[in-house]
Amino acid sequence: MQDGFVGRSVPRREGHDKVTGATAYVDDLSLPGMWHGVTVRSPVARARLLGVELGEGVPWHEFAIVGPDDLPGPNVVKLIDTDQPLLAADEIRHCDEPVLLLAHPDRAMAERGRAAVRLRLEPLPAVTSLDDALRGDVVVWGRDNVFREYRTAKGDVDAALADPDVVVVEGVYETGAQEQMYIEPQGMIAQFDAERGVTVRGSLQCPYYVHAALVALFQLPPQQVRVIQTATGGGFGGKEEYPSVIAAHAAVLARKAGHPVKLIYDRVEDVRATTKRHPSRTHHRTAVRRDGTLVAMDIDFIIDGGAYLTLSPVVLSRGAIHSAGPYRCEHVRIRARAIATSHPPHGAFRGFGAPQSVFALERHLDVIAARLGLDPAALRRKNLLQPGEQTAVGQVVREPIALDRVLDRALALSHWHERRAAHEAFNRSTDGPLRRGIGVATFMHGAGFTGAGEVHLASVAQVQAERDGTLTVLAASTEIGQGTNTVFAQIVADAAGLPLSRVRVGQPDTAVVPDSGPTVASRTTMVVGTLLRRATASLRQTLRDAGLLPAGTGPVDPEVFTQAVARYLADHEQLRGEARYEPPPGIAWDEKAFRGDAYASYAWAAYVADVTVDLRTAEVRVDDFVAVQEVGRVVNPVLAAGQIEGGVAQAIGWALFEQVVYRDGRVANPQMTNYIIPTAVDTPPIRVEFMPPFLGDDAPSKGIGELPMDGPAPAILAAVQHATGAVPTAIPMLPEQLAQVLQEAQS
Amino acid sequence: MTAPVRLLQCTVNGRATAVAVAPHRTLLEVLRYQLDLIGSKQGCDKGDCGACTVQVDGVPKLACLTLAVAVEGREVTTVEGLGERAGGCHPLQDAFDRHDAAQCGFCTPGILMAADALLRRVQRPVTPDEVRAALAGNLCRCTGYTKIIDAVVDASRRLSQP
Repeated sequence: MQDGFVGRSVPRREGHDKVTGATAYVDDLSLPGMWHGVTVRSPVARARLLGVELGEGVPWHEFAIVGPDDLPGPNVVKLIDTDQPLLAADEIRHCDEPVLLLAHPDRAMAERGRAAVRLRLEPLPAVTSLDDALRGDVVVWGRDNVFREYRTAKGDVDAALADPDVVVVEGVYETGAQEQMYIEPQGMIAQFDAERGVTVRGSLQCPYYVHAALVALFQLPPQQVRVIQTATGGGFGGKEEYPSVIAAHAAVLARKAGHPVKLIYDRVEDVRATTKRHPSRTHHRTAVRRDGTLVAMDIDFIIDGGAYLTLSPVVLSRGAIHSAGPYRCEHVRIRARAIATSHPPHGAFRGFGAPQSVFALERHLDVIAARLGLDPAALRRKNLLQPGEQTAVGQVVREPIALDRVLDRALALSHWHERRAAHEAFNRSTDGPLRRGIGVATFMHGAGFTGAGEVHLASVAQVQAERDGTLTVLAASTEIGQGTNTVFAQIVADAAGLPLSRVRVGQPDTAVVPDSGPTVASRTTMVVGTLLRRATASLRQTLRDAGLLPAGTGPVDPEVFTQAVARYLADHEQLRGEARYEPPPGIAWDEKAFRGDAYASYAWAAYVADVTVDLRTAEVRVDDFVAVQEVGRVVNPVLAAGQIEGGVAQAIGWALFEQVVYRDGRVANPQMTNYIIPTAVDTPPIRVEFMPPFLGDDAPSKGIGELPMDGPAPAILAAVQHATGAVPTAIPMLPEQLAQVLQEAQS
Repeated sequence: MTAPVRLLQCTVNGRATAVAVAPHRTLLEVLRYQLDLIGSKQGCDKGDCGACTVQVDGVPKLACLTLAVAVEGREVTTVEGLGERAGGCHPLQDAFDRHDAAQCGFCTPGILMAADALLRRVQRPVTPDEVRAALAGNLCRCTGYTKIIDAVVDASRRLSQP
């Protein structure tokens, strides 16, 4: 559709309200008679909870107080497993675990109450590192502290590693926890009414996750639980699963208080209590020929899941599938484990396990390149997957991918060869403290749920025609800054053949919209966008079948459309088009064997980082960043570039600034003062380019949200290696850590 | 524990305002919860994130670290006043919209107030590095700052055109 809206950078739908300050986020809302809730939390990582004492000097009779015995249903956070309680009852399993809930009409008094609660605790030994967990002296989960293990293999890895004609390169790579640090802290407002049920409004990514959690807790019919997303100030995965906890807490407080309750986390509480990116450790053992051909990969991937299982199995699965990258390799063995510790549960964060395993592999490839004396870009090029070849889990790439073209474009934009030579010449000749380097990473990112996930979700989206001839998008996908509203409007307008102004996208409200699945996994544009296109086509078909609209899929005169809708609605109650997810033909995933078509589609990318290292301070400055990717058809180039730029900046933070310091299992730096995210001064110019789609101009769109999180960290560390000759293997790499790496390289 | 309430008199977004405030209340609390000016945001309440940035006599201030009583007799401008001052939509706001400089939008009001203070101070087109320095105290987690910087530079050029 040449003159359509897809492919154009139409302005953000809610842009005007956001720049004028009119947009109302959850803390901007107030309900009549509203009380304020607070959460009493554990100050220790592991203990037996002997009792809770309400201290003196607080008018407790004015409070609503909720403990584990005051819940309307099972004391469980509904996720994959049922191991996580909404309120710790007997045993505390991590720091800042919720123990008691309080609400009071006055916010300051609620805080006074929180400070006056004393927990009687009998300390128990905690597990505060992966090594302790694996040693198993203290078992905090199951028999061996292993939440989940996946194994998959192809070829004969042991034989290939024993081949005398190969070089075997080994390495261990680590990544730290990362805080999502959305600028709007988490929060919810809940109402409870014995007849109408529960209504919750708040900052969240997945209305139906919260809905399912509340239905399970209150044991109400689904229609008596209503979840409304308020404008959400960033999510990045941090508002995927945790909002269910806050919504449940606010709702049980509202039930107890007989008043609406607002529960807003302050920054310290948010950083300490809510989920973070899983720390990881990856062991690579690789057989490679002297010309750089990869022969065998033996990969052991471990993530720290924290104290409860939460979403760790799916994070693990995505990480494992991405651990061998977009490379051809005949013999691959992957062992992946999610481990239990006494840390607060780690959870969803943009990339969902893939950034961790991609970091390890890309870092390892640079180590291999250095060992063999090869250009890191040339080593990658030699091994890039070609159409018809298989990924590590046996997925045949059906798309006519041309990763070498993506890599070439990134190298050209970054002047790879010239800068590489120039940096080396500079580093040889300089007497000063600065060293320069350039590094590259090539990678892929699977979009949508892993394996059969989308089939199980069976998402539904609808489009409804209104009497005035406009269309309303009915989908549970949330706008959290990434541009959902705008992209959906573009897709629906084109499918309907109507102007953009005729399409409305409302705020997701489970009383109104069907379950189109969670807003995660880069699936909104790709999966739900496709459903909306089909739903719109079906709506048009209904009007055609009724003889009210001429045939064809092109533009429609809005007046003709309005009349057609009016006539249809004269005889019918409503006019809706609906579509339910159907897997692409020929897609099959074997969860047991951990093999098959892991994702319906992949985005492909090559990123280049250019850095300066100051040897005096061990500081790294990223001077230039090039991000080239193939993501199918780009629906809105400006919004898409915004996703890439933001993701790259987050990944720069993960690589160089953002260190979650756990002390005895508790986050010791829970503020923006001492947990440092990149500022405008730290972020380089980010040059984003989208390749023409491999499948041509009418190619389907692929997910892009998570992709930019995968490549920057390894590219930056590769550049540091190029600049200094030292081989950093872990992030975050703050000056303290790099100084140590530089010192070790010297001695 | 309750300190005596005082009558605060100041100008907020061009209007003479009188409001009873407790002496320990921050300017941010008074703006948001007493004057219903919700545009200024609380991201950290410790002066780290800059989402609460307003202007006091044209100078950017962190409203979460400013006691309300400290603006007695002074002129406070919030993001709501930025648009009003320009008769609807300020060129900076327009540039932020056009460049997609606001993704989730939560940091946007504070960033606009810091950027506007910069442009009013220098009264000429600014460079990307000047913008970076002026916005170093305002955190954004969505954009990577690229489009924010583009928007401020663009607005500064438009504002400098005769």
